[in-house]
Amino acid sequence: MKLSIKEQKEVYTISIEGDLDASSSISLDKAIAEFLNGEKASTLLMECSSLNYISSAGLGVFIAYLQEFESKKIRLIFLGLNDKVKNIFQIVGLDQLVKIVNSEEEVQDILP
Amino acid sequence: MNYYYKAVCSRESLKQIREFVKTALQDFSLTEIAINQIILAVDEVCANLIIHANRCNPQAYIEVNIEKQQEEVVFEIVDKGLPFLDYTNYQSPELTNLIQQGKKGGLGLLIVQKIMDHIEFVSKPEENIWRISKKII
Repeated sequence: MKLSIKEQKEVYTISIEGDLDASSSISLDKAIAEFLNGEKASTLLMECSSLNYISSAGLGVFIAYLQEFESKKIRLIFLGLNDKVKNIFQIVGLDQLVKIVNSEEEVQDILP
Repeated sequence: MNYYYKAVCSRESLKQIREFVKTALQDFSLTEIAINQIILAVDEVCANLIIHANRCNPQAYIEVNIEKQQEEVVFEIVDKGLPFLDYTNYQSPELTNLIQQGKKGGLGLLIVQKIMDHIEFVSKPEENIWRISKKII
């Protein structure tokens, strides 16, 4: 699994490539912790067009941080989830709690 | 038709287990989304066994058996570690509770329960068996 980071003033983007499972989710956890400890972009964009698979370990990383995002008023957006991954978000009910978009245009529409 | 795979108890084995299950399920008439759900359910059980029951011990292993029956596919996952929970009395957590508690764990079995039609856990002196199945017709 590969993570790529892009830091801009207001949007911090983490791109995920590959499978997010009990082996690889540890590095995602570290990446999000680093984001929270660093410069304060108000939006965390998870770029997921190359995310092939997610298990509870990956979902659990996001779930563990949701309250902190809310208290720090950080916007969390998922971009480009494929149908299989989106289905898993729906099974767990996470799609009701986070913003999921399909295009960069939709991301721009959300940003202030 | 039966399929069998033996995996060392390391987190890195999970990808190989998923590939094994995906290959076996190609013989079934299932959609990509259904295949992914079943792969996920097996992954969740195996991850719990590897991480919690066997504490990622590279000397330990788990065995995954797949059997296609008339109307369902049955997975039997066998290990020799400590049973990591008493499934007979298990209540899945609510997602909202997990979020409030900021917990990362507890989600795996919730997912298995939502995806699979039947879940059974048998603990014997010499081994533990998770039996999970899904109707495919």
